[in-house]
Amino acid sequence: MATISLDHLTWMYETMYKIRYYEDKMAEAYAEGKNPVFNIGAGPVPGEMHLATGQEPAAVGICVHLKKEDTVTSPHRPHHHAIAKGVDLNRMTAEIFGKVTGLGKGKGGHMHLFDPDVKFSCGGIVGAGIPHALGAALAAKKKGTDWVAVAFIGEGAANQGAFHESLNMAALWNLPLIVVIENNQYGISVPKSASTSVPSNDIRAVAYGMKGYYVKDNDPIEMYHVSKEAVERARKGEGPSIIEIETYRYLGHFQGDPEVYRDKNEVTLLREKDPIVRMRQILIQEYGIEEQQLIELENKAKQEVEAAYQFARESDYPEPEDALKDLFV
Amino acid sequence: MQKTKQRLLTGNKAIAEAIRLEMERDPNVFVMGEDVGVYGGIFGATEGLFQQFGPERVIDTPISETAFIGAAIGAAAEGMRPIVELMFVDFFGVCMDQIYNHMAKIPYMSGGRVKLPIVLMTAVGGGYSDAAQHSQTLYATFAHLPGMKVVAPSTPYDLKGMMISAIRDDNPVVFMYHKTLQGLGWMDQLDASVGHVPEEAYTVPIGKAKVVREGTDITIVGIQMTTHHVLEAAKKLEQHGIQAEVIDLRSLVPLDRETILQSIKKTHRLLVVDEDYLSYGMTAEIAAIAAEEGLYDLDAPVRRLAVPDVPIPYSRPLEQFVLPNADKIFHEAMKLVNE
Repeated sequence: MATISLDHLTWMYETMYKIRYYEDKMAEAYAEGKNPVFNIGAGPVPGEMHLATGQEPAAVGICVHLKKEDTVTSPHRPHHHAIAKGVDLNRMTAEIFGKVTGLGKGKGGHMHLFDPDVKFSCGGIVGAGIPHALGAALAAKKKGTDWVAVAFIGEGAANQGAFHESLNMAALWNLPLIVVIENNQYGISVPKSASTSVPSNDIRAVAYGMKGYYVKDNDPIEMYHVSKEAVERARKGEGPSIIEIETYRYLGHFQGDPEVYRDKNEVTLLREKDPIVRMRQILIQEYGIEEQQLIELENKAKQEVEAAYQFARESDYPEPEDALKDLFV
Repeated sequence: MQKTKQRLLTGNKAIAEAIRLEMERDPNVFVMGEDVGVYGGIFGATEGLFQQFGPERVIDTPISETAFIGAAIGAAAEGMRPIVELMFVDFFGVCMDQIYNHMAKIPYMSGGRVKLPIVLMTAVGGGYSDAAQHSQTLYATFAHLPGMKVVAPSTPYDLKGMMISAIRDDNPVVFMYHKTLQGLGWMDQLDASVGHVPEEAYTVPIGKAKVVREGTDITIVGIQMTTHHVLEAAKKLEQHGIQAEVIDLRSLVPLDRETILQSIKKTHRLLVVDEDYLSYGMTAEIAAIAAEEGLYDLDAPVRRLAVPDVPIPYSRPLEQFVLPNADKIFHEAMKLVNE
C-alpha cells in the first residue's frame, strides 16, 4: 500500500478530532432547554439535529484530496463534510444557532448550510444533492478546469431516483463526479438489508459503466487511498466513480431518537474500534509521532471549536422582519 | 409616405431568437433539456440553436428531469446561466423537488449568498385534445411557491423580450410559453401566434402587466391564451356598447397589483379569466387583491372564469366545455355589466 504523507495524515487526524469534538459540543448545546421533557423546538439549537459522530473517516478521507475550487454537496447530516471542506466554522455554528452572523443569516439552519467561498452546500432532501454535484461537474468540464464535484449521500439515498438519473448522466457525459455513499447501516430505523437489493452500492457502478470502490470497516486510511484514485481519475477526465464506505452512526438518526431498532450493545462495540483512536495509534506507532505533538493538534482543534461556539452564542439573532428579505437577489 | 415593413415572427422563433442573442452575448448561457438539440425543442423554442452553437451549449439530455434540472442548479451555483426545458409543465411531478425545494429555496436559505440565474422554460396549455397529462397550465401551482419568478407572455414580442429579461435575471425564472401561441405548423393557426418582433435584443420587464385594450365599463384580466380570447370577446362587447379594458397579466410573480387596481378604479367591474383550475388559483388571487385593496371601487362582485376543477378531458366537446373561450367570456361580462 502506498504511503501517506505526514501532512495529509496529521490533517486527517486533526480534522477527525475537530469533527468529533464539534459534534460532542453540538449534542450538549442541542440538549440545553430540552430537559427534563424533550421538546424539539426548545433551547438555543431548535429543530432536528443529525450528528455525524463516528462517520468522520468518509469526510476526511476524500476532502484531503480536494481544493477550494472543488465542489461538495452534502445531505441532512452535513457537519463532518462541512468541516472537512473548510467551511467557515464560526458562521456555520452561528447558522445552527439561528444567528444573523450565520452562513445564511439564520434562514437555513443545520440542514441547509451554504458556503460558496469553499463551494459547499447541503440539503435536507435525501438524494437531492447528487444532481447539484452533477451540475457542478458539468460546469467544471464546460469551463475546461480540472475541478471535481463530490456528492456525499447516505446508503438510503442510493435507492432514490435522483441517484440513478444522475449517475447515468455523469457516466454518459464523462463528468468529474464522485458519489461517496456513507453506509451507516440505517435509513433512520430501517437497516440496509431491508432496503437495498445488493450487498453494497459500489457494485451498482457496473450498471452505469463507471468505477466502483468499497471501503470496509470505517477505515480512514483505505478511504484516503481509494479517494485519491477516484479524484485523480476525475481530474484527468477519466470519469465518475462511486465510493461506498462502511461507516458507523454512533448516535441516533437525530438527537432524541429512541433507537428502539437496534441493540444497545451495538454502539458500545463499534466505539471499541473507533477510527480516531485507531488513527492516533497509527500516527504514534507507525509514523513515530510524539504524543505531545498530537495533544497540541487536539488542543488547537478544540480551541477552534470553542471559539466557534462562543461566536455563535454571542452573536445576535436576526431582526424578525428580516424573514422577508433575500427571497430574490 | 413609405410604409416600413414590420418583421413578423412566430412565438417559437421569437423565443429561439432571444436565446440565440443571449448565447452570443454571454458564453455562460447554455440550454439543456429533452429534444432541444437537432429537433429544436418539441415546441420549437430552441429552433436553430444546435446548428449554431453545437452540442456543448445546446445539450440533449436523457429523460431525467430531476437530474438535469438539479444539474442546472449546480451549474448556476458555479456561475453558469442555464436555460432548462421541462417539455410539458405537466411533467413537473417527476422533478418538483428540485424545482421548489432547491431552485426556489436555496437563494433564500443561503441568505442571498447563492445566486441561481436559471430559466426553467416549459410548455403549457390545452385545446388540442392532448388530455389530462399534457394540457395543463399550472400557473398557480408555480406562482404559489415563493422563490421563483413566473412569467406567461402572450405575444411574440413579449416572448422575446421577457425571455431576454429572464436570462439576464439573477433569480430563477419559470418561463411558461403556450403551445398554441408558438405558431407551429402542426397546431391550430392563430393570428395571435405571429407578431412583430424587432431583430435586436430588447427586454420586456418581469412584473409588469400590460393594458392591451383601454375601456371604461369593465376590466377583464387575461393570462396568456385567455388574453386573446378576452380581446375577441371585447370586440363583441363593443358591438353591444360595452367598452372593456383588457389587461394581459404577463407576469404571475411578481404580480402587478397596481395595474389591476388602477383599472378597476376606472371601470368598477372585474372579470378574471384563466386557463388554469378555478379554485385556489390566479383568479382567486386577483379577486382577493380586488377585495382587499379595491373593494370600494367595485360596483359589483368580482367574477371568475376558469377550468371548473376537473382534469382536462380528452374528447373535443368535453375539453371545449371546460376551457374558457370568447363566447363564455362575453356572457360572463354581459352578466357582470348588467348587475
